Amino acid sequence: MGGLPSQFLSCYPPPDLRRVLPFTGLALFVLAWHVAVASSKGTLVPSPLAAIQGIIELAEKGLLARYVVASLFRVTWGYLAALVIAVPLGVWLGLWRRGEEAVNPILQLLRPISPLAWIPIAILWFGVGDVSAVFLIFLASLLPLTLTTVNAVHNIESVHLAAGRNFGLTGRELVRSVVLPGILPQLIVGMRITLGIAWLVVVAAEMIAVNSGLGFLIIDARNAGNRYDLVVAGMILIGLIGVGLDLLMRRLERLPGVRWGYVGE
Amino acid sequence: MKVLFRDISHDFGSVRVLDDINLSVVAGEFVCILGPSGCGKSTLLNIAGGFVAPMEGEVSIDGEKVSGPDPRRIFVFQERGVFPWLTVEENIGFGLFRQGEKEKRERIAHYVQLVGLKGFEKSYPRELSGGMKQRLEVARALAVDPDVLYLDEPFGALDSITRLQMRRELLRIWQAERKTILFVTHDIEESVQLADRVVVLSARPGRVRRVVDIDIPHPRDLSDPRYIALRDEIFGEIGLAHQV
Repeated sequence: MGGLPSQFLSCYPPPDLRRVLPFTGLALFVLAWHVAVASSKGTLVPSPLAAIQGIIELAEKGLLARYVVASLFRVTWGYLAALVIAVPLGVWLGLWRRGEEAVNPILQLLRPISPLAWIPIAILWFGVGDVSAVFLIFLASLLPLTLTTVNAVHNIESVHLAAGRNFGLTGRELVRSVVLPGILPQLIVGMRITLGIAWLVVVAAEMIAVNSGLGFLIIDARNAGNRYDLVVAGMILIGLIGVGLDLLMRRLERLPGVRWGYVGE
Repeated sequence: MKVLFRDISHDFGSVRVLDDINLSVVAGEFVCILGPSGCGKSTLLNIAGGFVAPMEGEVSIDGEKVSGPDPRRIFVFQERGVFPWLTVEENIGFGLFRQGEKEKRERIAHYVQLVGLKGFEKSYPRELSGGMKQRLEVARALAVDPDVLYLDEPFGALDSITRLQMRRELLRIWQAERKTILFVTHDIEESVQLADRVVVLSARPGRVRRVVDIDIPHPRDLSDPRYIALRDEIFGEIGLAHQV
């Protein structure tokens, strides 16, 4: 630490600066990108301006809304289906150690397999189309959500379970009134991370398994005439929507009933 | 007899923690179970609460054998026991799911008042001090109108001033509600200030060494010679000279 200038050690810049700094960084990045493309005169990547024109072109053709909606539609259904199965399964495994010990090897074996490895099987089962993509998102979300839930259940304070039982709660009532609220803060973090994974996977899945969506846009723009401006336009859209989804999930962390899980006590 | 411990023995692995405990508590009595750390006093309370099944012997309440936790007997943990995801009034109402909405509201209001949390009904536990959380947990327990309260070193995590105030509060509540109280502590002063009877346990394995009647009316004067005599008697019983 001794050699660092003191400003590296200061905790946070003043609030006004904190609001401006992220945009400054972004602006500098775009500027550097523009200068690099202009000075190289090459065809390494399209310029930022070309990418923005690409987005406008997509919007005018009506493809922008269509592809964004298609991608979000697949993520939503795959992710929600995974959530509906993963949370009850995770709670059950978390509370019932024997079940967990039996199922855990399967989960651990499936975990290192990239969801993308399932693409051929998805196409074999469901053909090229929405169902395949939704299925892949479902697979990609199911495991992390289940494992998060199991972990969160293990971390519940035993005094809370004891208190719940003391007031006469058993089985389902205990799960509803103590277990679920007790795991919610950790579950929300897991849901946020998993939605990020789902968004990564939808793009890859759409490159192979369907004929619409942002992933399809990227691969199609390249295949049908080397339109790299549209490729980069697609990438920018994916990034922006990913940030938007993450911000949406972060709002859940501010709900009054879960704040206790994040504030250091 | 309200609570009856009969020939209770319990092991953890090969270690005997409780050895042949016999004890009876009458209704409305305030009994402190006093002993050094690790003497099994918390285990004894957990057995009474139905959270741990004793290896030998049994606990009965009103002649009925204890076989599990029961809302008629509420266990108060250190302040960690309140539910952090519920507000003060939701915590107090937690056990009132069988009551009608009107009665629930009345009881919550009554116990918010009783434990001095008025104005904090909508607050979450993280916004409360340690003493307030502890009072909240007592209120949550009292709201279901149990006949027995088990308190396991409830004030252990509080600072000494708050602890003294909490004892006064607890006595006031006990006198108003007349519950049977079993209170586990390692604090000799605390036991003499609170209890009708102090049950002194030995170090592991826990055995009942002595039961001391504290025959001083409340409020107790801490400089009263009788108070000092009883306190020193227990100090002596535990084998401590009252000097630092």
